[in-house]
Amino acid sequence: MFRVARLIAAKDLRIELRSRVVTNQVLPFAAIVMVMFAFALDTDEVIERVAPGLVWLATLFSLLILVQRSFAIETADGATDAMRAAGVDLAGIFLGKSMALAAQLAVLELVLLTTAVVLYGAELRAGGVVLLVTTFVAATCGLALVGTLYGGLAAGVRGRETLLPLLLLPVVAPVLIGATRATEAALGTRGAVVSDGWPWLGLLAVFAALFGVGGTLAFGPLIEE
Amino acid sequence: METVVHLSNAVAVMGQFPVLAGADLTVSRGEIVLLQGPNGAGKTSLLRLCAGLLPLARGHAIVLGCDLATNREAVRKRVGILGHANGLYADLTVTENVRFWGATVGASFAEADAAMDRMGVGQRLAKVPVGKLSAGQKRRTALACLVARRAELWLLDEPHAGLDAVGRDELDTTLREATAAGATIIVASHELERAGALATRLVEVVGGQVREQLSTETSPMTAPKIEGEPGDVVGE
Repeated sequence: MFRVARLIAAKDLRIELRSRVVTNQVLPFAAIVMVMFAFALDTDEVIERVAPGLVWLATLFSLLILVQRSFAIETADGATDAMRAAGVDLAGIFLGKSMALAAQLAVLELVLLTTAVVLYGAELRAGGVVLLVTTFVAATCGLALVGTLYGGLAAGVRGRETLLPLLLLPVVAPVLIGATRATEAALGTRGAVVSDGWPWLGLLAVFAALFGVGGTLAFGPLIEE
Repeated sequence: METVVHLSNAVAVMGQFPVLAGADLTVSRGEIVLLQGPNGAGKTSLLRLCAGLLPLARGHAIVLGCDLATNREAVRKRVGILGHANGLYADLTVTENVRFWGATVGASFAEADAAMDRMGVGQRLAKVPVGKLSAGQKRRTALACLVARRAELWLLDEPHAGLDAVGRDELDTTLREATAAGATIIVASHELERAGALATRLVEVVGGQVREQLSTETSPMTAPKIEGEPGDVVGE
């Protein structure tokens, strides 16, 4: 399973490096979303207060594009069916695609956090670095796993472009809430202290673990159906 | 000769609809069997059953020694099925595609490269992104993936569709070479003259059943076998 996962992740990342969809389309889209939020909110005080939430909201919007793209390369010439027909371990495909998606999300989040610091005046504090990093790792894993599971579910369905946001956004609401609160604690937004963030990090870890195990077990039967 | 496929009164159902209604078929190693019949006759379903993609509802089905009634997943790694889609990644080169599919069954890079050479997509085409290949070259690349995957039974659904005359000749040459190397091939096609010239046996599928089996010597098809060399032109 892990050999297949490494194979799939390497293949997905190689395709991304070759096609540059993340760098040429997803990153600019996420940056535009951040700038538009800045225009819409306009007040420095408000922007600084909502900066963590906007980072994660922009991440979720970009996640939808990344997931669609991740499965578009599989369905364009029937590769998903070919893998199923070739008896490739479907749990390995799930983990591999999740790993590739997580790597792309990590790059995206780094850019978004930098944008928040530059545009919104969010401040990084030394005391919150560990919480910030672990929050980003846990939230990224959770988003990648749930995105891959629902992306696979929607991939073979007519109208998948509109179906995916409908399915995915409600499910990732706990990540949006948990990651936003934990990031606020790490950055000290609205007077939050670092210790406020750990319970939210726990929520993110449980979410990632649930979808990691559940997705590994469910992805195969979902694709087979 | 070793039996590769043995179907006896095989029944397969999709939803409520029986797509195979008691099919009987035996295929030996090294044969090229052409399935012919009207649309909806069950040709593709027969291929998908043999590939372990369609569950067997009733009857007996043994493919490459695997009983499809009890463990149809087991046969998948040893069978290659190619439909209208090639299962290739447009952004990856020919080499990267073939090596990827080979690696799914643990094949080495050397094995994948040998498969590319055998299918005529090594050398100049090796570093070309699949998205820039002609339809025939893509088809040959997909077949190279089957070789790299060490598929023993090739199940091809309308393999000549979308190919020009040169691409068709190349494909026929490829398939003959594959059987010479030990593969067994079942082809579903409407292009009877073309595929009939290639086949060693013709099987008529009607209403989900195998109606008639003819050797190519007794069939009405008289088209000569066409030989050709793989081309090396890049681009549509």
